[in-house]
Amino acid sequence: MSDIIFIGLSLSSILLLIALGLSITYGAMGVINMAHGELVMIGAYTAVLAGLHLGLNLFFALPLAFVTSGLVGLVIERLVIRRLYGRIIDTLLATWGVAILLQQLIRLEFGLSFFGIHIDGLGPGLQNMTVPAFLTQPIDVAGMTIQPYRTFIIVVTLMLAGLTWWLMYRTPMGVQVRAIMRNPQIAAACGIDVRRVSALTFAYGSGLAGIAGVLLAGFKTVMPEMGASVVVDGFLVVVVGGVGSLLGTILAAGILGQINGIVALASNDIIARAVVFAVVIALILWRPRGLFSFKSR
Amino acid sequence: MKTNRRNFLKHTTAFGAAAALGPSMIASPARASGEIEVGVLFSLTGGLSIIEKSLADATMMAIDEINAAGGVNGMMIKPILEDGASDPKTYNEKASKLVIRDRLQTVFGSYTSASRKAVLPVFEKRNSLYFYPTYYEGFECSKNVVYTGAVPNQQLSNFIPWITNTLGKKKFFIVGSNYIYPREMAKVSKILIEQNGGEWVADEYLELGHSEWGAMVSKIKESGCDVVLSNVVGDSVVAFYREFKNQGLTHDKLPICATVTSEIEIAAMGPEFAEGSYTSFPYFQAIDTDRNRDFIERYRKYVNDPKAVTHHALESSYFQVYLWKQAVEKAGDISADAVREGIKGQVFEAPNGTVTVDPENLHTYLTPRIAQWGADGQGTIVNAYDAPTKPLPYVAYGETAENLFCTGAGLDTTKL
Repeated sequence: MSDIIFIGLSLSSILLLIALGLSITYGAMGVINMAHGELVMIGAYTAVLAGLHLGLNLFFALPLAFVTSGLVGLVIERLVIRRLYGRIIDTLLATWGVAILLQQLIRLEFGLSFFGIHIDGLGPGLQNMTVPAFLTQPIDVAGMTIQPYRTFIIVVTLMLAGLTWWLMYRTPMGVQVRAIMRNPQIAAACGIDVRRVSALTFAYGSGLAGIAGVLLAGFKTVMPEMGASVVVDGFLVVVVGGVGSLLGTILAAGILGQINGIVALASNDIIARAVVFAVVIALILWRPRGLFSFKSR
Repeated sequence: MKTNRRNFLKHTTAFGAAAALGPSMIASPARASGEIEVGVLFSLTGGLSIIEKSLADATMMAIDEINAAGGVNGMMIKPILEDGASDPKTYNEKASKLVIRDRLQTVFGSYTSASRKAVLPVFEKRNSLYFYPTYYEGFECSKNVVYTGAVPNQQLSNFIPWITNTLGKKKFFIVGSNYIYPREMAKVSKILIEQNGGEWVADEYLELGHSEWGAMVSKIKESGCDVVLSNVVGDSVVAFYREFKNQGLTHDKLPICATVTSEIEIAAMGPEFAEGSYTSFPYFQAIDTDRNRDFIERYRKYVNDPKAVTHHALESSYFQVYLWKQAVEKAGDISADAVREGIKGQVFEAPNGTVTVDPENLHTYLTPRIAQWGADGQGTIVNAYDAPTKPLPYVAYGETAENLFCTGAGLDTTKL
């Protein structure tokens, strides 16, 4: 029984990890960021490159990936998204284009491959991030096998969720972000620098994607296309949870992860995926605005 | 070669003469200019480009080597490279372009069965020849394809008995990606498992590209099996082996015995996750012969990557060009019909050993081998057949060396 709950918990934490950044960019800012998966991918590549060229392990890669993906997010916001606030369909198309650009940048090694220069860790191939040995050796505690890597992911995810909650609800910056979520015009009228706060919020959401990338790299293949599949899961969680609701996102990730885990063990993963989608459809029919919702812009 | 006015004229005249000959061009399009054009069709972009790029490189390397050594009957080979873009539909369009517009008689290409099936009608309708280098599920008998990769009996007929007898493992958990190749492999495996006194406790599939293996590995753990037979394909392999180790399973107690996990996947997952597991292939980079070492060195130089790995489909991509060359030399003609006759029974000393094209079903005799993966990402060959094995593409349906389903006359459908 504890095994089943653990697998569900682990699936939930991965969903939450991806959705957390998205719940901020999509939830708080109304940007359908299709490049979110690519920010995850950039985080993963940061970890791979840091390991190969700087000899840094996973723990150092986490902050590094946060900064890298955050900066890339900031640039995307400055160049593209800033001009598209309020035009939700346009952000979808534009960020999709950005996603393709980012994939190709990695694949073509920033264009260096045209000149015959090869950087280890980039290019179209599969890469891997080395996981410290103590995180791959399971530990037996009172007859239960603890998987350290998955436990590590759960812990980091909970810490990030906590940090995000604290930033949003306990800091002046968070108050400003929430004000902008409700009504950007009134927020601006009250003296909030909407552009600056939005840019920083987007960068923070992107940085979270980078951390997700590092953790995913520990058990997935790192390749330029890796982001495409995760972004769908991220949107599922955010939409079910209720756009803009942190609590909703956490709860939705928990529910969907557990359903996935239980059904996968009882039958198989293909059916589990179908059941998850069925549950999502039912939930959206029942509560079109998600589990938790409030009026926003 | 410098292009000056003189040989420019020569070429244009030759072309003009060929054009004037009209219909005879169809039979041998490029002979007039002293060149043989062949097609090379692999995915250079998209998800499969990771592997297919290396197949294209190996093909081009063989062509360059042959040209450097004087060509085929004194004629240079001119490859026309097309990109299948990891998409069967694109494959079909590019094959049509190569066969219909460029009027090529021979094309080397494809990695997945899906892409081979997509181009097959083009080659059959226009009667051209396709050289397919990948191990595949069998169940095909086309006289327009020369198959130089392993078929199920060449990967499993040694593997399953070896697992039950040498490893002493009897309870199999069969797991694979959800498409035709793993399913056909499972079918053959089950026949062999029962013949060898073993049993299978489960036969499970996950979609291609699936990367969340928590539940499946947990099931493997609970199932009471003592060996895992993996037909998992692509990047899923990486997630699978990593999860296997993360859940505390070890290859010395519960080994993964795989049919697809090659040097490429091992490098991608990190060798520590596969250390101690087994794979069955006719070719491994670790084959310890001068010919193979020389081949690896030449390949690394060719792709300008001192750490490049070689693998089964790559090696087949390389030697099948030589088989084609020998067939053209024997036939003295490059038309598909002539090459097909010429290639029957053709023998070549490939990096993995002697390969022979079966005169009946146009598949290739290969030597089954089993390797155990080490900490350096290379296999140690623990078992090998003494001689190459006859390819039996319909072994899952009861084909044996005495009772062939696929012969020169085509497929005998009454036997299916």
